[in-house]
Amino acid sequence: MARAALMDFDRALELFEPVIGLEVHVELNTTTKMFSSAPNPANSAFHIAEPNTLVTPVCLGLPGSLPVVNGEAVRSSISLGLALGCSIAPSSRFARKNYFYPDLAKNYQISQYDEPIAFDGEVEVELENGRVFQVPIERAHMEEDAGKLTHVGGSTGRIQGAEYSLVDYNRAGVPLVEIVTRPIFGAEADAPALARAYVSTIRDIALSLGISEARMERGNLRCDANVSLRPRGQEKLGTRTETKNVNSFRSIERAVRYEIQRQAAILADGGTITQETRHWHEDTGATSAGRPKSDADDYRYFPEPDLLPVVPSAELIEELRAALPEAPAARRRRLKSEWGFSDDEFQIVANSGMLNELAETVAAGATPAAARKWWTGEIARLANAADRDAAGMVSPAHVAELAALVESGTLTDRLARQVLEGVVAGEGSPQQIVDARGLAVVSDDGALIAAIDDALASQPDVLAKIRDGKVQAAGAVIGAVMKAMQGKADAARVRELVLERATAE
Amino acid sequence: MSEIIRLTAAALGEKLAAGEVSSVEATRAHLDRIAAVDGAVHAFLHVDAEGALAAAADVDRRRAAGESFGPLAGVPVAVKDVLVTEGMPSTAGSRILEGWIPPYDATPVRLVREAGMIPLGKTNMDEFAMGSSTEHSAYGPTHNPWDLERIPGGSGGGSAAAVAAFEAPLALGSDTGGSIRQPAHVTGTVGVKPTYGAVSRYGSIALASSLDQIGPVTRTVLDAALLQDVIAGHDPHDSTSIPEAWPSMAEAVRRADVSGVRIGVVKQLDSDGVQAGVRAKFHESLELLQRNGAEIVEIDAPNFEYAIAAYYLILPAEASSNLAKFDSVRFGLRVTPEGGGTVEQVMAATREAGFGPEVKRRIILGTYALSAGYYDAYYGSAQKVRTLVQRDFDAAFAKVDVLATPTAPTTAFKLGEKLDDPLAMYLNDVATIPANLAGVPGISLPAGLAPEDGLPVGIQFLAPARQDARLYNVGGALERLLEAEWGAPLLSRAPDLSSHEMAAAEEGAL
Repeated sequence: MARAALMDFDRALELFEPVIGLEVHVELNTTTKMFSSAPNPANSAFHIAEPNTLVTPVCLGLPGSLPVVNGEAVRSSISLGLALGCSIAPSSRFARKNYFYPDLAKNYQISQYDEPIAFDGEVEVELENGRVFQVPIERAHMEEDAGKLTHVGGSTGRIQGAEYSLVDYNRAGVPLVEIVTRPIFGAEADAPALARAYVSTIRDIALSLGISEARMERGNLRCDANVSLRPRGQEKLGTRTETKNVNSFRSIERAVRYEIQRQAAILADGGTITQETRHWHEDTGATSAGRPKSDADDYRYFPEPDLLPVVPSAELIEELRAALPEAPAARRRRLKSEWGFSDDEFQIVANSGMLNELAETVAAGATPAAARKWWTGEIARLANAADRDAAGMVSPAHVAELAALVESGTLTDRLARQVLEGVVAGEGSPQQIVDARGLAVVSDDGALIAAIDDALASQPDVLAKIRDGKVQAAGAVIGAVMKAMQGKADAARVRELVLERATAE
Repeated sequence: MSEIIRLTAAALGEKLAAGEVSSVEATRAHLDRIAAVDGAVHAFLHVDAEGALAAAADVDRRRAAGESFGPLAGVPVAVKDVLVTEGMPSTAGSRILEGWIPPYDATPVRLVREAGMIPLGKTNMDEFAMGSSTEHSAYGPTHNPWDLERIPGGSGGGSAAAVAAFEAPLALGSDTGGSIRQPAHVTGTVGVKPTYGAVSRYGSIALASSLDQIGPVTRTVLDAALLQDVIAGHDPHDSTSIPEAWPSMAEAVRRADVSGVRIGVVKQLDSDGVQAGVRAKFHESLELLQRNGAEIVEIDAPNFEYAIAAYYLILPAEASSNLAKFDSVRFGLRVTPEGGGTVEQVMAATREAGFGPEVKRRIILGTYALSAGYYDAYYGSAQKVRTLVQRDFDAAFAKVDVLATPTAPTTAFKLGEKLDDPLAMYLNDVATIPANLAGVPGISLPAGLAPEDGLPVGIQFLAPARQDARLYNVGGALERLLEAEWGAPLLSRAPDLSSHEMAAAEEGAL
């Protein structure tokens, strides 16, 4: 694909003001789908399934089938709306969005149109460079996901040139909340980073609410980025493009940056921007034109006659509001201050996605430093080697217990790593593994002295050197003692005792 | 003709319970009748003889083992083809669903099965329930048992004709603008459109979701009540179904008494536009009710005259969306253009070949009515009229307990007579449509034969939403009074179709 002409980013910012708008789709992890009793593949319990096995007549749009609203999805949507600072509509309605496409079983999507469940919110977003933005939220509405098409026979995997296409309706009807921002002004050169940080914040919110698995690589979280430029000093907004298929945080940042540079080049050259959807290509780092999109797209929306309005009680809304967790940005600020971490230290934890684990470990009694050391060190290493999620490998309570055993001198770091491996292997709690494997540090000086005396006796040359003041020679004896003790000794104590015994005689 | 098929469903149910007749015998008698006359009537699109006899044998066996059943257990029932049936074709009268066998039962079908009733097969209808004559069926028209040259009404002409021709004691129908009541009117049978939400729509192939309602098609008011008692009730699969429990409709019929009941006559629907004999029978019925203690009041419903116009915007709008799923991707007909084609071309070719002209007309109308820029003028205005019609009902029911109208303006017209004149066809439903727009229940029962043509005439009663029992009360009382005058049910005067048995056999090749 021909790469479009790009303008230098800084130059583009001198000439134009970027305005971005973000649409994020969050797949809810409810047990069943939005409008049917079929298991929801966006819930990790049903993530892996053969095509077209998680379906009912409703998902397939069979004649006669009718949708029924999933109450759990409504509650999740209200919680999400509240966490986004939105007002919750006392009554909202579903509408049909009509268009023909084979992944859409009914050839209409049940969505919300003029009456979304949540509207007028604001989300605080903190960039890695410390800047804080208030992102205005226009609305959050409920809808159903479409199925998945697989195009077979073409070289690109896209519909162009394919011989035939297969449809998997497992995803059809997965509950979605679409969050739409208002146009975001003033981000300037931070616009790409803000886009990324915003989506990351939405992810944190969804995870803290427990309403979504929020994994971008699985499509639980999807972002469409609208970008337009306007010449400095001009009030009227420029023509926007909507970039789709942006499947990672890094891509969001790159895609926005790319569109700013591409549009700037066109505009500076006297050209005009076509209002269209664009596809992001991870491999080439570029966007390509999709279908033209005009405001005149006619989806023939009308109120969904098969469903009643959604009318949550004021009590329910207040109950969900009271249960809201702390906002992610505020929570990060609080934890960073409570833990006394430097910016870098905190960023590493935050970027590792193990903030919750750390917090729980500290709550279980570990020092913040110890908790950080274990989670971003040995546990991350084991998780990486096993290609697993660090969070699922070991419980924060066990990590705190392990840290306490090191703190009390029962375990050395090296022993503690062995114990951790046992915990990960499911052998029990750290204390149980210490007991079962007999891994505790030998703190009985008598046993150590006996071993040291044996070692000194078998290495008279070393003994002589120590007595001559060549203290570094003690290393050989220490090594022998540690070996004899099978590592279950505190090396510093052994050293002390070796010097003591060698000079005492 | 076998005596069994002449029995009402209630009477047959009693004989079955008493062990005087088995369900297999009753089912076989109706299957024999279908074999004898349906070549001429063409009420059925599909007859499941094997399944019906197996279900009947099962009920007989369970009854013999001491299981207790409701009053309609073992009684055969015909099912309008708009309701999906597991293992039986369900075409809604359309070519586009030819060959599709649904993997599930519609809720009303499940409920009649659970009540021990025996589905005989699927009855003919106008394609996707769009029509008033059953002539828009892709599988050929149904003939009125009173005069085989005439229409049986529509869209549920098949269910009404099956019941009128004694091919089934009762049937399930669907009523979006009169599709149960108008066929009842022209075939001398009873048809009830319950309150919107009384019977689940789950598994009813949707025409217009906000108007569709499933209901009973029978020969007596009591049979309709018994069937409504079986199929009504909340269904978690249908959000628009009413959660509250219902009183027994059969009880309302048994206690029927019109003394003190205030009956409103809708001025706008009792006009010169109604055929003389239809109007005469309507007024004779009202006088009979009045003589028996009812109070007759004239009611003004000024917005009813806009009902048809609103209906023919709302219905096509919803239908254009409901029928979008028929695209060849998942079920039914698939037509591939010569040399292959894109998915869009395959969808278009399939819909071109699979839909009949009336369906295409309404899809185009509805698509237009919902289009950006036209929505407010058409769909939006129609919804406002709908609200006004509801207000007319509210005002009327503040004064009276039920409303009465002629069910339809004329008796059965000739097949083909109005086929090329959609507006004339639409006007058949002038009196039935307001109930669908307002969601209120309605019943049509026989009021006699029009003197000028000897064809059946129905009278319609309408009640406030959820007051279906009032219809059964007034309908049950009027039926009793009329039959006392006539000395026998109206259908006893219908032609004996056995003379058509030969013709049916000859037509079998069709």
